[in-house]
Amino acid sequence: MRVLLRKNPVDLLFLTITAIASATVLVLIAGILYVLFLKSSLAIEKFGILNFIFSTDWDPVRQIFGAATTLFGTAVTTILALFFAIPVAIGTAIFITEIAPNFMKGPIGIAIELLAAIPSIIYGMWGLFTLAPIMAEYIEPALQNTLGKVPLLGALFAGTPMGIDLFTASIILSIMIIPFTASIARDSFNLTPAIVKESAYAIGATKWEVVKNVILPYSKSGVFGGIILSLGRALGETMAVAFVLGNNHQISSSLFHAASTITVTLANEFTEADTDIYLSSLFYLALILFVMSFIALAVAKIFLLRAQKRYSA
Amino acid sequence: MTREHIRKIQSFTALSLSTLAAVIGLVWLVFILGDIFVHGMGALKLSLFTKDPAPAGIEGGGLRNAFIGQLIITFFATLIGVPIGILGGTFLAEYARGKKIAQLISILSDIMVSVPSIVIGTFIYAIMVKPFGHFNGWAGAVALAIIMIPVVLRTTEDMLRLVPWTLREAAFALGAPYYKVIIQIVYRGASAGILTGILLSIARVAGETAPLLFTSFNNSFFSTNMNEPMASLTVTIFQYAMGPYDSWHSQAWAASLVITIFILVLTILGRIFIKWRFGNK
Repeated sequence: MRVLLRKNPVDLLFLTITAIASATVLVLIAGILYVLFLKSSLAIEKFGILNFIFSTDWDPVRQIFGAATTLFGTAVTTILALFFAIPVAIGTAIFITEIAPNFMKGPIGIAIELLAAIPSIIYGMWGLFTLAPIMAEYIEPALQNTLGKVPLLGALFAGTPMGIDLFTASIILSIMIIPFTASIARDSFNLTPAIVKESAYAIGATKWEVVKNVILPYSKSGVFGGIILSLGRALGETMAVAFVLGNNHQISSSLFHAASTITVTLANEFTEADTDIYLSSLFYLALILFVMSFIALAVAKIFLLRAQKRYSA
Repeated sequence: MTREHIRKIQSFTALSLSTLAAVIGLVWLVFILGDIFVHGMGALKLSLFTKDPAPAGIEGGGLRNAFIGQLIITFFATLIGVPIGILGGTFLAEYARGKKIAQLISILSDIMVSVPSIVIGTFIYAIMVKPFGHFNGWAGAVALAIIMIPVVLRTTEDMLRLVPWTLREAAFALGAPYYKVIIQIVYRGASAGILTGILLSIARVAGETAPLLFTSFNNSFFSTNMNEPMASLTVTIFQYAMGPYDSWHSQAWAASLVITIFILVLTILGRIFIKWRFGNK
């Protein structure tokens, strides 16, 4: 495939221009890392690394900052969102690939993709005006009256249900990541060779046994990659949670408490930061978020590539 | 009950649960779209597009400034992001085809597509807002362009790869230099796919809020000056929805309806283009 036409000067010029254009991706990643590091160096010097991560202080008045409260909020919303989204997403993917009649496969696939195309600010606003009141009035009191009565578990549901809390934010986040996870799981399921499935049917396996013993083991690295990708998305999602989380820098054992994530803190406080150390601490949070999500997305990519390679070979 | 019965019941239960999961997924779509539509239609008036905002708390007024601001910012973002994306994708699919560097850039672009957009906002704030001392429209446009580049780059790369290699060889055989082959043969063959990539990237940034919060910021007055803070629909929705006035809330719903329809139409158009070009094979 080697093309030996580099002697033409215009060709050389075009080659250079396209090479520079594709290098912008590298420059951007390096640039973001460098600039965020540079801007947060003041906070890194003052608060250190481990000290910053584990400190629950976030006090703009006393100029003392730590990331623990926002990291806690980010971790709780992300994990809960995945917990709600994964079963629904995988069920949806099983439905599309194995159960739905052929004429329904296309439309449902499109519907799921439309759900993925709705911008996050719409989810956020809908959450604030529609979901939060429903949560506060019906779902959260109901949970308090049932699961809330169970010892130990009850602490998770303590407090006045306001609808502006970790729980509502996690639900919205999970609605947002269902389509990503579902469409990747569907693509991975579709990679299972038909002949393997048919062999299982031939020895009398039921449909569920085929899904459980053939398709899921075959596609596990693709599905896992999809889940990690959704995790990376959930970590960095801003607008869907900014409306319903309340930006409260406290760690509480109850899910019915306002909290904050890295993204919500950035969105609410970035333009208000009036001192250098405040702004620098916010850049520090952005740097932590960038590194975390970059690692998650890279791991996801490795799994997805591995899944693809296995079947194209 | 025999073993067969148990297996059949198990299978039925599991498949019913999967169907239920799909229904839950679709219910959200109907619920959210329906809600946006009902609330949005009620607030959608012609004055929304023709008038600038009334002073806070006073009824009336529109969001002309935000619509125009959004158009200007998106236009310049497209102008910056799309050429870089297309040219970058060209390098990966043509000159660097099969090389390690092409694979690396391709993987990194995939990662960049999903990087938190608010981080890009902070990055642009540091290099384009802080040095000038004030928010400006250019910063917003560049932030959106950064989000567009990897999207356009990856679709272009994929679409160019779909053009058969023999087509290029036929052109080489006539003595055409590579750049002419790319521009006159490959781009033409992949034009529908590239257009889809552009549409999807515009749909992607049209709803972005986080990267605009501290780059183009907001402006309650009509402005076409890119060196000043500039209003955008999404930031206005955020501000209005979080604000205390009912008139703000209904305008936020109306703006959400407009943006949602715009994005869904672009997404569906993109799919139609792809189908029209590659579906009949």
